Amino acid sequence: MMSLNELWFLLIAVLFIGFFFLEGFDFGVGMSTKLLAKNDSERRVLINSIGPFWDANEVWLITAGGAMFAAFPHWYATLFSGFYTALVFVLLALIGRGVAFEFRGKVHSETWKKTWDIVIFLGSLLPPLLFGVVFACLIQGVPIGEDMNMNASFSDIVNGYTLLGGITVVVLCLVHGLMFTTLRVMGDLQDRARMMAKKLLIPLAVLLVGFAVMTYFVTDVFEVRGTILSVTAVVGVIVYFLAAYFISRKKDGWAFGMTGAVIIVSFASIFIGLFPRVMVSSISDTFSLTITNAASGQYSLKVMSIVALTLLPFVLGYQIWSYFVFNKRVNAKDHLEY
Amino acid sequence: MDPVMLSRIQFASTTLFHFIFVPLSIGLALLIAIMETMYVIKGKEEYKKMAKFWAHLFLINFAVGVVTGILQEFQFGMNWSDYSRFVGDVFGAPLAVEALLAFFLESTFLGLWIFGWDRLSKKLHLMSIWLVFFGTLMSAFWIIVANAFMQVPVGYEINNGRAEMNDFFALITNKQLLLEFPHTVLAAFMTGAFFVVGVSAYKMLKRKDYEFFKKSFIIAIIVGMVSSIGVALVGHSQAQYLVETQPMKMAASEALWDTSSDPAPWTVFATIDTDNKENGSTFQIPYLLSFLSYSKFSGSLEGMNQLQEQYVEEYGPGDYIPPVKTTFWSFRIMVGSGSILILLSMYGVYLVARKKLDQVNKWFLHIMVWAISLPFIANWAGWIMTEIGRQPWTVFGLFKTEDSVSPNVSAGQILFSLISFSLAYLILAIILVYLFLRVIKKGPHDSDTHKEESHDPFDKEGNYVS
Repeated sequence: MMSLNELWFLLIAVLFIGFFFLEGFDFGVGMSTKLLAKNDSERRVLINSIGPFWDANEVWLITAGGAMFAAFPHWYATLFSGFYTALVFVLLALIGRGVAFEFRGKVHSETWKKTWDIVIFLGSLLPPLLFGVVFACLIQGVPIGEDMNMNASFSDIVNGYTLLGGITVVVLCLVHGLMFTTLRVMGDLQDRARMMAKKLLIPLAVLLVGFAVMTYFVTDVFEVRGTILSVTAVVGVIVYFLAAYFISRKKDGWAFGMTGAVIIVSFASIFIGLFPRVMVSSISDTFSLTITNAASGQYSLKVMSIVALTLLPFVLGYQIWSYFVFNKRVNAKDHLEY
Repeated sequence: MDPVMLSRIQFASTTLFHFIFVPLSIGLALLIAIMETMYVIKGKEEYKKMAKFWAHLFLINFAVGVVTGILQEFQFGMNWSDYSRFVGDVFGAPLAVEALLAFFLESTFLGLWIFGWDRLSKKLHLMSIWLVFFGTLMSAFWIIVANAFMQVPVGYEINNGRAEMNDFFALITNKQLLLEFPHTVLAAFMTGAFFVVGVSAYKMLKRKDYEFFKKSFIIAIIVGMVSSIGVALVGHSQAQYLVETQPMKMAASEALWDTSSDPAPWTVFATIDTDNKENGSTFQIPYLLSFLSYSKFSGSLEGMNQLQEQYVEEYGPGDYIPPVKTTFWSFRIMVGSGSILILLSMYGVYLVARKKLDQVNKWFLHIMVWAISLPFIANWAGWIMTEIGRQPWTVFGLFKTEDSVSPNVSAGQILFSLISFSLAYLILAIILVYLFLRVIKKGPHDSDTHKEESHDPFDKEGNYVS
């Protein structure tokens, strides 16, 4: 039987993975407004393709944060205070991005739109980059002392390994976003999105393999969870090849599913590698935060479990429904909100 | 500078900024839902146009509310990690439920509402905006569950130096919550209502789309009157509960240094000397404080000096008197603004009932334009009183502000974030005002801002242009 601490670790992992799967594609679409779109009309089509969804996708992050606060207050406190400056940038990016979507279409001036386009691009690029860095730090280990506080220097957070993690996540989101685009737009833009995703397949594979290999040498996760991580690695390779196969066969729906599967497998591997720790201390393993020493009391976890398991089916239900409501492709000739 | 002070400045500034948008969003959501309901029931296009026009302002406002809200959630862990460790068990739960129950609902159904005019049936579309409204209410409810715990902690026990929840039901039936929640949301309805009233009055003065804005005015002034009276009634009960649970805050908000006479007079204004712990000149109304505190014309209130002695005995040495001037004046500003709003809305409703709105002097409409600011001032003052009046505690009687900050975050880091967020917020504020004025100037015509962009009028493919 799973303990409540394990259940909450799993739930938080699912929330983060869900966030990277969902907001992953809208970050990708956000980036492709600069990298793929050729003119204003294409940019608007791209933004509209994620219009009804990005806000709810971001709530996955907020919920993950809230769940962490409630179930593992020490994890929340150590992580958020430890990565203070990185999170300031994440927040600035998300603030800018969120309002940019709303503001961009409100004034018909070139400079106005161009300014918000830059904000959308940076706001879609910085969060996956910084989250990639932070997650790489989590498994690499950060200086957490006996008092559970993390006192990291710049190089503890930004180094070769974590930067590679950040860049990998960025490209992963971009490819995933391009595949989402192929599902939501038509014509030339759709073809170009697919082409671009195809071109990125090899660089992305290099990044992913590079990150996995470095993880083997830099972290202890393969020592701790070697068997299961070799299984996820194999699954990762398979879904990656399937993604490549479907992209080249223009089976966009399947391809999108597979790029999503790559995201799921990648982040699941990180959480598996951590378990039962939630943050690895680079000072001493005894100072690592775990699902036991970072957790709330059993009563709190029990109440939260009941609430969460009751609400989740409804939440998932209406979110999925909203994707069905907006299953029609976005056309430049339609009414565009942004 | 001191990290505690910097963290407090950052928390105060980001929270107050966030709290400009939250009540307006809640109030506007209600009004838009009412307007669309009238559209669905009466079938008049005019009401649809109305819902759409006010939605433009709502959406701009909502976007800023949402993005500044993410910061609020992160900041507990970033700046107040020791606080988060101490109360996470109790305080985290409502935040998590808020996200699960409120944020998903709001964001998903708002998406459906904005993009769904032509893809959802009228009734489903109407349901979407009501669910958005319900989401905003739930959001307010759960965040106030958390705040009420900070004011009057219940349903917990102290284990291993931290507060652990032992009664969730007590947490959500906290009497503080049952008073604070209606007070806050009614104030939010009032904020939305006076915003619509004020903007409508402005347009009526300009004689632009007169009938359209007159209708908006009428709907909103009724909501404004009911909610502003409601705020005051709940506020009265809240003050009485304050006497029981946080007498120090009550004493500070009255600048009451020594235990009062029985019956106690209410101080309208006073010159406060915090160094010598006494008041200079005061102007008082006899009996009124007793009435406000106990609903009868007798009874005395404990003074700060006496309470300070009690608290030193109970909690050990320290200064337990909050910033008195701030608490005293914010309370008066809140009550004063609220009272003016009640009078204005009653007069407005009287005019509507007598069908005299068209003959009304311009001065009344001018005042209503300026009155847009009053609910915001009242909201701010109310929260300042609540939060400053609780000092030196973050959780009253349990945990102090000075112990709450993150020990591993430097003053430099906080200063950097404080400056960045302030700049970002300043830019947001300027743009928001600019966009608001644009939308208001434009009025309901072409409320679909993109219409001029539909490429080819003869192209039927774009036929679900709304």
